[in-house]
Amino acid sequence: MGAEELDVLFQERIDANDKIEPRDSMPEEYRSHLIRQMSQHAHSEVIGMQPEGNWITRAPSLRAKKILLAKVQDEAGHGLYLYSATETLGISREELIAKLHQGKAKYASIFNYPALTWADMGAIGWLVDGAAITNQVSLQRTSYGPYSRAMVKICKEESFHQRQGYEIMASMANGTPAQKEMAQDALNRFWWPSLMMFGPHDSDSPRTGNAMKWKIKREYNDVLRKKFIDKTVSQANLIGLTIPDKDLKWNEAENSYDFGAIDWDEFWSVVKGGGPCNVKRLNHHKKAHKDGAWVRKAAAAYAKKQATK
Amino acid sequence: MERGFGKQLQHTQKNRQQNKKMSETKDTEDTQGKLWEVFIQSKKGLPFKHFGSVHAFDKEMAVQNARDLYTRRGEGKGMWVVPADAIVAVDPANDASFFEPADDKVYRHPTFYELPDGIKNM
Repeated sequence: MGAEELDVLFQERIDANDKIEPRDSMPEEYRSHLIRQMSQHAHSEVIGMQPEGNWITRAPSLRAKKILLAKVQDEAGHGLYLYSATETLGISREELIAKLHQGKAKYASIFNYPALTWADMGAIGWLVDGAAITNQVSLQRTSYGPYSRAMVKICKEESFHQRQGYEIMASMANGTPAQKEMAQDALNRFWWPSLMMFGPHDSDSPRTGNAMKWKIKREYNDVLRKKFIDKTVSQANLIGLTIPDKDLKWNEAENSYDFGAIDWDEFWSVVKGGGPCNVKRLNHHKKAHKDGAWVRKAAAAYAKKQATK
Repeated sequence: MERGFGKQLQHTQKNRQQNKKMSETKDTEDTQGKLWEVFIQSKKGLPFKHFGSVHAFDKEMAVQNARDLYTRRGEGKGMWVVPADAIVAVDPANDASFFEPADDKVYRHPTFYELPDGIKNM
């Protein structure tokens, strides 16, 4: 069978909502698109441990500390689900990590913003995880079987993350004036970067066409972004916080919110390495990986010795 | 039929062979251990189901990693961890012909049989 014929057969399977499994024939661009998207997703989970890990030792109570530890552990788990799923496409874990370290693979830009106060733990759980869930719920229906299965597992666990974040925000918003101010400040700083998490407008997103055709993506960036805004505004109102967007207005006809313009220059500058923490995040990952090398070597040597006994 | 599960793709075979060669020649190479597939029984009495995979250097580490990764919320009452390269899988390119012998034996299904009216539970 020629490549063209294979592509037609592949598209027929996609159109029939067949799931694609690792050993099925697939166009090379489908495979490389998945590797790029899934590894970016995996790296985001792992790099996303850093802003929160930063607060574990300073959590305001034992309860908060235990919750944060569990959440960060979940993020590690999500990274591992996604790495395993990506590896089914024939790329090794070592290659995936090397690409991250070489700057050839990206992670979500949101993690290049610092977590300055305890309220940021609230904002990250509520907004960043909230935005991620909106995206991940749609990805449960992605056409690649292992990716879809990983998303199902992740979505089950993420709702705890969002709730714990919202609980932090709610208790600070109902606390002293200084605490409320801190919560509002965290919302102000994380609101726009959270909206950027859905990616550029579809009209400016060159890869959206193939991703939709192959059902890797199931919803457009702008649709997901709107969904997230519509859900989140009332949650902010309920705890007396204000979304930092003077153009935010309910649109009765569309049954949805109109919102202000996103600063795409900021988005692209952070994507290209100009965010406040890009260098720090990557260096931290490299150092942790390097510092752990002796453990991996020792484990490999021990396994080898045991095998020869 | 082809050996292996999950990671095998014809068009990446070459890549993998190269990797294998590298890991064979370089004893000290930094790796994440080999790949294991994880099967979990969610309740005693139920079948084990494939849950995902995990990297580990030996059996003991494999079950511990799998426990930490896949059963953080009481998902498991039983667990199997199997080296991925020990699993034999059907090549999807031939799956239609491989499973075909089942298609023409409709008499293996209870709905094939005509029963007299009046029979309710059989």
